Amino acid sequence: MSQKVLLNAKAINIILHRLACQLIEKHNDFTDTVLIGIQPRGKYLANRLVALLEQDYKIKNVQLGHLDITFYRDDFRRSDKPLEAKSTEMDCVVENKNVVFIDDVLYTGRSIRAALTAIQSFGRPKEIELLTLIDRRFSRHLPIQPDYRGRQVDAINEEKVIVNWTENDGEDSVYLINN
Amino acid sequence: MSALSVNHLLGIKYLNKQDINLIFETADHFKEVINRPIKKVPSLRDITIANLFFENSTRTKLSFELAEKRLSADVINFSASQSSVKKGETLIDTVNNILSMKVDMVVMRHPNPGAGVFLSKHVNASIINAGDGAHEHPTQALLDSYSIRERLGEVNGKNVVIVGDILHSRVALSNIFALQLQGANVMVCGPKTLIPKYINKLGVKVETNLRDALNWCDVANMLRVQNERMDVSYFPTTREYTQQFGVDTTLLDSLDKEITIMHPGPINRGVEITSDVADSKQAIILDQVQNGVAIRMAVIYLLASKIKQ
Repeated sequence: MSQKVLLNAKAINIILHRLACQLIEKHNDFTDTVLIGIQPRGKYLANRLVALLEQDYKIKNVQLGHLDITFYRDDFRRSDKPLEAKSTEMDCVVENKNVVFIDDVLYTGRSIRAALTAIQSFGRPKEIELLTLIDRRFSRHLPIQPDYRGRQVDAINEEKVIVNWTENDGEDSVYLINN
Repeated sequence: MSALSVNHLLGIKYLNKQDINLIFETADHFKEVINRPIKKVPSLRDITIANLFFENSTRTKLSFELAEKRLSADVINFSASQSSVKKGETLIDTVNNILSMKVDMVVMRHPNPGAGVFLSKHVNASIINAGDGAHEHPTQALLDSYSIRERLGEVNGKNVVIVGDILHSRVALSNIFALQLQGANVMVCGPKTLIPKYINKLGVKVETNLRDALNWCDVANMLRVQNERMDVSYFPTTREYTQQFGVDTTLLDSLDKEITIMHPGPINRGVEITSDVADSKQAIILDQVQNGVAIRMAVIYLLASKIKQ
């Protein structure tokens, strides 16, 4: 097994600032915008971006939700283990809002497909965009592309991209792991 | 995530503590789902479930059917009164006929104890016991414990008394197993004639004085007197039963502490509990009904994930 550092803490910090600025460019003061972290791993990125927007860019009251997509996945009964659900915290209204899905890695696109179905249970958003830290561009199974991307990565299917966050894993880093 | 240790839900006695925790954690997520504007998830769209009710049921059948539909499963319903069972068909034949129509899971209520266990050995489908005679009613016990956990924070260490017709009750037996598995102390209380002779072998306390039982407990689960299962008279009159084992607000107010009142339904208002108790803040009867859908969704979801494609 070999592993390579794709992004270190400094690089991630620069990317987060850029993504925050790109969001501000499109969404101004975020009054009609809801950021949705896709469970389980997207919520760390979403929380980081909200903290950045509020502290460094003085945007007040950014609406944030966390969406679990387990029950909407298309691989139920296809994997050996049962799929583990995480909590959904949607205290905000998405009806007629600009929704931004936030996830750490965009790989096959199936999670995002499930999220597109899941969000409909809460209302009909005006528009849905996608923000990912890592875009594995040659691995898509579905016609889904990010609107905001941190870093594009060319990785083959045998390789794994691991995103670590200080609050959960002890450090900010992105690794490419080859088994 | 770990999977359930069983392929069927035939009774609480076949489950372990991890299974119950897993069911409760999954039910937490489904409880959030059924409070959304759109209360449905597409998980089980490739699963077909047959509800076989060889005995009357209203809420359990509705609750299972709703749970199945909220998971997007296809549902077929069968009740014995309108079927070929009356024409002399055996249980295995009935079920195999239904399964040959590509059914993946069977929810069955049957008047004979052990019907679910028997069926699970002879047919190729996942079986959920929705009540077999006076034996077990596992989903009811799970939703009862889940409701206690929701109201009191945890089940471990709590004192729970089951009051009434223990002898004819599958709810009582499943509840005893489920509560003990989670570390609760269980007492049964009722007329001596309605308490099975060897119930203390299960490690439960037995009490015939309702006031003493209520003073001991944190939760009282009031069972219905099952007149339809009584071939002989177990107590002189309903009025006398109510006087000794019925709960009213005067009795509740005279206790040292506020206890939680549960009832699996259907309630005989004025017999085991009075209307004002049933509608009081201490009663969590309607929470039990709502939790029933979430618990059944969790059980069906977890069992369905074990069905091979």
